[in-house]
Amino acid sequence: MLDIGLHHFLTVSVLVFIAGLFTVLTRRNAIGVLMGVELILNSANINYIAFSRFGGSGYDGQIFTIFAIMLAAAEAAIGLAIVLGIYRKFETIDVEATDTLRG
Amino acid sequence: MVYAALFYLIAGLTVGCALGVALSRNVVYSAFALMGTLLGTAGMYAFLAADFLAVVQILVYVGGILVLTLFAIMLTHQIADVEVSNRSVGRLPAMLIVGVVGVGMFTAMFRAPWKMVEPGEPLPTTYGIGESFLGPYLLPFELASIVLLTALVGAIVLSRKEIRD
Repeated sequence: MLDIGLHHFLTVSVLVFIAGLFTVLTRRNAIGVLMGVELILNSANINYIAFSRFGGSGYDGQIFTIFAIMLAAAEAAIGLAIVLGIYRKFETIDVEATDTLRG
Repeated sequence: MVYAALFYLIAGLTVGCALGVALSRNVVYSAFALMGTLLGTAGMYAFLAADFLAVVQILVYVGGILVLTLFAIMLTHQIADVEVSNRSVGRLPAMLIVGVVGVGMFTAMFRAPWKMVEPGEPLPTTYGIGESFLGPYLLPFELASIVLLTALVGAIVLSRKEIRD
């Protein structure tokens, strides 16, 4: 049980963050971008809990994670409602096609 | 021994599925790979002795956000998303950015002198979290309720045409 330490969890978190960043950068599909954001939020949450377990700070990390999950739920609801609105208006959710405000 | 093997199995599932989300061409496959990552993250929470959060993760992420995402995909998309050309950022520049960021993060992670405490026995966390929410974190807790209510009303207003007109 002792051979799994803080660095193992931080490594998992960095790899998930990298995958999320790559998703956000390469997707043109708005829903794909939102999924990348979820990956990044998850990696941050793993870090919070890992530091709260190995840093000895009680429940603070876990409570921040609960708030992060709550905000992710709100973000998903609003984001997907906006995506549906964009789809109704433009018939596509390609983030490059929605450039009405471009000067 | 079993503990370590189980950890590496779940960590592999988490990271592998995250790569699946990043590299899959089809956005539906990405969504299902995302489910693997979210479940793996719940496993990570369990390894970190956060039992309540592991369950919250499954309930909210897998049961809520992922289903919402799948609904949005089915409602908007001509399901297969195979166009490869003209990504917002090409794969190579994205690999470059991600590589630089990743190397930087790994260097920071292994160099930093983390303050480490020997973790205690895994104990049930529900009691402590509940006490904190109704004690020192009462105001953020109530603010969170308001944020959720606002988001819910906003989502309904945004997605229903007859209310807007």
